[in-house]
Amino acid sequence: MEDKIVIRNLSKVFGKNPKMALEALKNGKSKDEILNEQKQTIGVHDVNFTVKKSEIFVLMGLSGSGKSTLQRLINRLHTPSTGEIVIDGIDITKLNPHELRVFRRKHFCGMVFQNFAILPHRTVLENVEFGLELQGVEKDIREQKSLEVIKSVGLDGNEDSYPSQLSGGMQQRVGLARGLAVDADILLMDEAFSALDPLIRRQMQDELLELQEKMQKTIVFVTHDLDEAFRLGNRIAIMKDGRIVQIGSAEEIISKPADDYVKAFVENMNRSAILTAGAIMLPPEETALSGDGPRTIMRKIRKKGLAGILMTDTKKRVKGYIKADRLAAYIKENQSKENIPFDENLVEEAASVNEDTPLTDVINSYTEHEYGPVAVVDSDNRLKGVIVRGAVIAALSEDHIETAE
Amino acid sequence: MLPYRIPLNDWITAAVNFLEEKLGVVFDLFSVIIYFLVDNLKDGMLFFHPLILIVLIAGITFYLAGWKNALVAFLGLILTENIGLWEAFIETLALVLTAEILIIAAGFPIGIWAARSDRVNSVIRPILDFMQTMPAFVYLIPAVMFFGLGLVPGVVATFVFAMPPLIRLTSLGIRQVPKELIEAADAFGATDMQKLIKVQVPVAKATILAGVNQSIMLGLSMVVIAAMIGAGGLGEDVLRGIQRLNVGQGFEAGLVVVILAIILDRITSSFDSKKA
Repeated sequence: MEDKIVIRNLSKVFGKNPKMALEALKNGKSKDEILNEQKQTIGVHDVNFTVKKSEIFVLMGLSGSGKSTLQRLINRLHTPSTGEIVIDGIDITKLNPHELRVFRRKHFCGMVFQNFAILPHRTVLENVEFGLELQGVEKDIREQKSLEVIKSVGLDGNEDSYPSQLSGGMQQRVGLARGLAVDADILLMDEAFSALDPLIRRQMQDELLELQEKMQKTIVFVTHDLDEAFRLGNRIAIMKDGRIVQIGSAEEIISKPADDYVKAFVENMNRSAILTAGAIMLPPEETALSGDGPRTIMRKIRKKGLAGILMTDTKKRVKGYIKADRLAAYIKENQSKENIPFDENLVEEAASVNEDTPLTDVINSYTEHEYGPVAVVDSDNRLKGVIVRGAVIAALSEDHIETAE
Repeated sequence: MLPYRIPLNDWITAAVNFLEEKLGVVFDLFSVIIYFLVDNLKDGMLFFHPLILIVLIAGITFYLAGWKNALVAFLGLILTENIGLWEAFIETLALVLTAEILIIAAGFPIGIWAARSDRVNSVIRPILDFMQTMPAFVYLIPAVMFFGLGLVPGVVATFVFAMPPLIRLTSLGIRQVPKELIEAADAFGATDMQKLIKVQVPVAKATILAGVNQSIMLGLSMVVIAAMIGAGGLGEDVLRGIQRLNVGQGFEAGLVVVILAIILDRITSSFDSKKA
């Protein structure tokens, strides 16, 4: 995928003499030593990464790790001390204030903040119009556009409410809508859901993912919550003391933590929420093919000693599940016949999940279908693998993690 | 202690003389503006029959501050008219309004400036402290030296005395606008002017209006004192009461000042809650 944001050797020092601080860092001084000796704070130090188009890139770290500073460097709310920030091929560290303003209007959907940062004296509609208003878009057009976005975030009917009349979740929808109303493709979200209570938070995360499916923005999302990072992020950068410790997908980070710091983080996670079906599935065993006669199918079952078998068509699309005992009974009934015709009634619905289905949901499909393995399928219902009950339990116990990959 | 007296008195006199000589044109311009505003406001208000104006003021008070305040205003103004202080009342009101117009014209931009620059703020703060803690009477002397006697030095002294709270509260209000609101505006590519008009001033409105309210109240107190240098209005009646030891006359005029103060306070302190 296309590179949207490329960050090279980016550093930010808060203080009067950034060069001196960076020099000291090179010579092995720690962040704390520099703060004590020079009264300068290292915000971000020598960071390199690339955000791809239309991905959700999460910056994860504890407070003081520099994640918010790094995000504010991306749209130059903070001016970097050294390094490059290349967005769509333009190094924005070289823009003058006017050019920067124009660039922000064109490329950034503003920002979504933890405390919403919506204007208390404006209605929902007027708040959503804010970005367009700054660009000088005409009243009719920006109103029409804003109403569309308001609808898409589920705020319709509240256009004329003031922020103080709305709940936290609703206020954050306003914040999100304000960003989405602008015709740009980079959305920065700073702890956007951290002030919401857990249920609403979860709901907002789902809605963001749903919106993202349609809107395909490039999102840089800052959070201190690993669960949230893993839920939302296509890729996650874990930060510590102004540096990036590890970048990777949730599974990469869980299965191969780069150091003890990351490991300690990951250990406290609710594993079932992050591990996906794809991570623990086994290669598909032999399947019954449509067109196979009952006796052929029975032979396949016996060979493996299974309680049943998945049935697919010739394109590996999953048709269903056949239980061994029912098949045996059917064959017995029709023993006299030379060629027993296959009875479609034998095929039961199979439990199936996608590769990126979280383990929690895999467990749910187990409780719905008490028999057989769970089929892991792609978007076209083609069989990619199977999950047997034992694998789920094993994956939930820590030791299994290293071998799962 | 020192072998000689520091000639502070002479220095200040010399400085005032110097300014008068060099900046005479500016002072003349000031005079013209102030006269123009006071005269027109006064004539404008006296053009109406008192009853019309009383109903109008009571109506505004009712709209902005509720019926109880409106009733107080109505009865107070009827009393004012009845005891023959209507013209003095209007004159004082014109002086206060003139001073307030000038205060807003100068104080609001200065407040914004002080909010945007720490350096400006650090220069202005001690000046404001100085202006506010100086006894009110002291302003009358340079005002008289520059503008002679009459209403102009009265308005100028009021202007200087009553401006600090507006500057202070404008600056404070804008500085208190949450950092994230500013960041949000920046992130959307707002210009400084857009930020000021669409974010900072509206969000700081309540605080700024509190500054307007305070400066009006201070201004009113100063306008009364300014009667000592011939500014006219209700202060003159108070002064006359003192000079002649006429308790009743002084008290009447003082009571009308209170009535005016109540009306102005109720109206200006309601601006915010009404519109928010």
